[in-house]
Amino acid sequence: MAKLSFEEAMAQLDKIVHEMESGQLSLENALKKFEEGIKLSRFCSQKLDETEKKITLLMENADGSLKEMPFDANTLNNVNND
Amino acid sequence: MNSASSKQIYSISKLTSKIKVLLEVSFPMVWITGEISNLKIPGSGHAYFTLKDAQAQIAGVMFRAQRRQLKFDLSDGLTIVALGRISVYEPRGTYQIILEYVEPKGAGALQLAFEQLKNKLSQEGLFDNARKRPIPFLPDTICIITSPRGAVIHDLLNVLNRRFCCVAVEILPVRVQGEGAVEEIAKAIRAANRRKRAKVIILARGGGSLEDLAAFNSEDVARAIFNSDIPVISAVGHETDVTIADFVADMRAPTPSAAAELVVPVRSELLVRCAVLHRRCLDSINKILSNYRKELRQHSRALVHPKMKVQSLQMRVDDLSERLHRAGRAFVYSARSRKESYFHKLLITNPVNYLNRNKAVAERSRTRLHQAAMTHVIQNKTRLSALSAALKALSPQAVLDRGYSITRTKAEKSVLTRADEAKQGQALEILLAKGTLNVTVEDASSDA
Repeated sequence: MAKLSFEEAMAQLDKIVHEMESGQLSLENALKKFEEGIKLSRFCSQKLDETEKKITLLMENADGSLKEMPFDANTLNNVNND
Repeated sequence: MNSASSKQIYSISKLTSKIKVLLEVSFPMVWITGEISNLKIPGSGHAYFTLKDAQAQIAGVMFRAQRRQLKFDLSDGLTIVALGRISVYEPRGTYQIILEYVEPKGAGALQLAFEQLKNKLSQEGLFDNARKRPIPFLPDTICIITSPRGAVIHDLLNVLNRRFCCVAVEILPVRVQGEGAVEEIAKAIRAANRRKRAKVIILARGGGSLEDLAAFNSEDVARAIFNSDIPVISAVGHETDVTIADFVADMRAPTPSAAAELVVPVRSELLVRCAVLHRRCLDSINKILSNYRKELRQHSRALVHPKMKVQSLQMRVDDLSERLHRAGRAFVYSARSRKESYFHKLLITNPVNYLNRNKAVAERSRTRLHQAAMTHVIQNKTRLSALSAALKALSPQAVLDRGYSITRTKAEKSVLTRADEAKQGQALEILLAKGTLNVTVEDASSDA
C-alpha cells in the first residue's frame, strides 16, 4: 500500500465502495474488501495530512550542487544582492 | 605588332584584379533585398546561395561567423533585406555579394526564428502528444523554476497554499529574460532532474513581449524540457502568449496561477471525498452484514433440531412398525382363516367325519336294530317266561320242591342215578329243594 500513489489509492477505494454497494459480494469477499477499503481511506486521509508544508529555495553551490534555503524575505534579499 | 604594342594589353589576372578593385571600391557596403534560392551550407558552415528578383540574380555568401549571429536560419524562398559587400572571386572570374547582416523582410526576425524553431522541433517530434507524460494527481513535492522576485512566484504560492496547504515546494530561482536566462533555465531543469525530489516542474514567468519571452522560445530550453524525466508544466506569460516551451512541455497552463490550479487538487475536497467513501464503505459493510444476518435467520428457521428430526423419525418408525404388525397380524389371520377354511374343508372330507356321519346312521340303524332286537327279546322273553313257566314245571327244582333230591359226586358233579355208581366212602352231595347235603357213602346197594 505504501507504494500506492494517492490517486491510485483513491481510485481503488472508489472501486471497492462501488463493488460493496453493488451487494454482489460474498460475505468473505465483502469483509476483505471492507478491510481493504478502510485501510485505503486511512491511507488517503493520512496522505492528505502528512505532506509537510515546506517551501525552500534551492541555490547552487560553487561545485554545482544545490543547497536548500528557507524561502522568505531574507533569501529574496540575498538573491537580489547576487 | 605596332598596333599591338600601342594598345594596352591586360593579362587575365590584371584585368580581373582591376575589375575586383573597381567593384569592391564602388560597392563597399550596400543594402539589398532579394529572395534566397539554391541555398547550400557545406561542412565549413559558410552559406552559399543565389539572391534574385524577377529580372536578375547574384551569387551570395554568408560566412559562418556572421551566420551564427542570426536568430533565425536562412532558407530557400526567404525574402531578405541584407547588408553586404561585392566581392570578386578571381580564380573563377565571378562576383558575388558577401552578406554581413540579414533580416527577414516583412515579419520580424524573432517571429521568423520562432516559426523556424517550432517547425524544426515539431518535425523532430518534440511536440508529439504521445511522449507527453501524465502530471501526477497529488505531487508531494513541486519544483518551481521562475524568478524569485515579482508577482509570479507569489501568485503560485498563494494558489498552492489555498488548494493544498501542505505540499512541499522547491524554488529554483532563475533569470527569466535577458542575458543568461536561457542557460539558467535549462540548467535549472537539469538540476531538478538530478535532485529527483520533485514530482513535477512548473516553469513560470509573467507576460511580456516576444523579446521578453525569448528564453522560452529558445532551442536549449525546449530541449531541456524535452529531456526532463520529471513532467514539466509550462506557465509562461498570459493566455495569448504561446512559446516553444508551451509546445514541448507535458502540460501548458495559460497562466502561472492556472498552473498551480492544475498541479494540485483541492485538499478539502479530497478530504471530504475520502470521508464520504469511508462512510459508504462502513454503510455498505453494515448493509451486507445485515443482509447476511437476515438470510441466516431465514435459513436457521428452516433448520430442524436433530432431536426433532429424531423424534419425527421415531414417530415414523413407530408408525411403520405398527403398520407392519397390523399387516403381519392380518396376514396371520388371513392365513389362519384360510387354514381354518382348508381345515374345515378337510374336516368335511375327513373320512373320520364321514365315518362319524355314517356312525350316526349306524347308530340310528343300531338303535333301530336294538329296538328291533329288544322288541324281539321282549317277545322272546315273554315267550321264554311262558316257556320257563312251562319248563319250571319240568325242572329238577320243581321235582326237588316236590321232595325229590339229586345226588352227584362231589368231585365230578356227575349226577348219580344208580347206586352202584357210588363207591363206599365216596363224597357225594345231595341237592335238596333248599340247600345241599354233603354225605359220604356208607354202603351202596343195588336193588335192582
